[in-house]
Amino acid sequence: MNERLTPTQMAWRAAQDITDGAYVNLGIGLPEMVAKFQPPGREAIFHTENGILGFGEAPPPGQEDWDLINAGKKAVTLKPGTAFFHHADSFAMVRGGHLDVAILGAYQVAETGDLANWSTGPKGVPAVGGAMDLVHGARRVAVITDHVTKDGKPKLLKQCTLPLTGVGCVTRVYTSLAVLDIDGGHFILREKVPALSFDELQTMTGARLHTDGVVADLNAPEV
Amino acid sequence: MDKILPDLATAVAGIEDGMTVMIGGFGGSGAPIELIHALIDRFRATGHPKELTVVNNNAGNGHVGLAALIEQGMVAKLICSFPRSADPVVFTEMYLAGKIALELVPQGTLAERIRAGGAGIPAFYTPSSYGTDLAKGKEVEEFDGRPYVRERWLKADYALVKAHLGDRLGNLTYRMAARNFNPLMCMAARTAIVQVSRIVEPGGIDPEAVVTPGIFVQGVVEVANPAQEETLNRAKAVYPEVAQ
Repeated sequence: MNERLTPTQMAWRAAQDITDGAYVNLGIGLPEMVAKFQPPGREAIFHTENGILGFGEAPPPGQEDWDLINAGKKAVTLKPGTAFFHHADSFAMVRGGHLDVAILGAYQVAETGDLANWSTGPKGVPAVGGAMDLVHGARRVAVITDHVTKDGKPKLLKQCTLPLTGVGCVTRVYTSLAVLDIDGGHFILREKVPALSFDELQTMTGARLHTDGVVADLNAPEV
Repeated sequence: MDKILPDLATAVAGIEDGMTVMIGGFGGSGAPIELIHALIDRFRATGHPKELTVVNNNAGNGHVGLAALIEQGMVAKLICSFPRSADPVVFTEMYLAGKIALELVPQGTLAERIRAGGAGIPAFYTPSSYGTDLAKGKEVEEFDGRPYVRERWLKADYALVKAHLGDRLGNLTYRMAARNFNPLMCMAARTAIVQVSRIVEPGGIDPEAVVTPGIFVQGVVEVANPAQEETLNRAKAVYPEVAQ
């Protein structure tokens, strides 16, 4: 029984919702891991902003081709059926509604679906990349994140306090403790780790949790 | 018609102080390292060009290529989406010291602004950045009940780009994901200068496979076995090399 999901288990859980034939963009970092856990028998095609559809896993060290990288600048490989295209076509796929799923990381998510994931404030160098484009256009915009910050503060809030990436864009959240949908301005709890009661989870969440039918147990295998 | 240039120094000779220069590549893939280094060589010999506005997705990595151009103090302003990298120290220090200006643009908006510049479309609407700090001061309009932000085209005096094959007419192919912004930048610049790994005779590129038609290209220079930024950085390369 899981007390909380590891980052790898969160990626595993998100992967279970990717259907056969889906076109998917995975954000840099934790979301990238989702690709490793495609359930058998399902074929998703992964998109990367820098102009590849249908790329494969990382090559062994020493066999990298630095013309063949993903948005995180990591080396990837070719697969039968890989396609290359320029950046304007790549973002036409994003904004044009052609992607089925985009999965991103988050600093904060609001019950309205607002996402903050690009800036922690005025200090340092701001960098946005493709996040502000990815939150628009994909049919489902999901987020993978710890349920709380490193110092225990809620990341799921009534309103984001950090600079926004997009307004009303997130539809599903996979956290270390729960799976939630965002609908009608509410967090709707779909699954939670069995170690926590609803009330305990509520105290770790900065907005009211709603339910709509059964709340299932969130369990992930050791991965 | 012959767009082939004899050498790298000739290729970058027309870039003047204060110009806007689009530099191709996404991180190191598609980055025209040799053209950038030729521009640095010219600056070190003549003091020009300087006060450049550079358009690139990133802000350089390590101390080669775009990072080296910035380190020389040749860049007054950078227009980019993601000024971070494995080793962003050059840009970060210059930016925090107030020595370089930054216009941060969402990546898809950057690509489309460049495409629009090349296509003669002065402005367009995008959902990206609506409701965020990056949309401040920009016009918003609703279409079919959803809000969109108005963005302007982006054009340049020069583009410096890396491609794979090129012919004397300027037709180009690219290698894998090294394509990225490069075809768009060729379109958006008044003068697009391209380093190619190999020059072929006209007809040496299958017309079905041409990615950038020659009309968008003004100069082609051959650089066989071009350096990869990632390889240089793993070897801790610095440009120009410091005399021992």
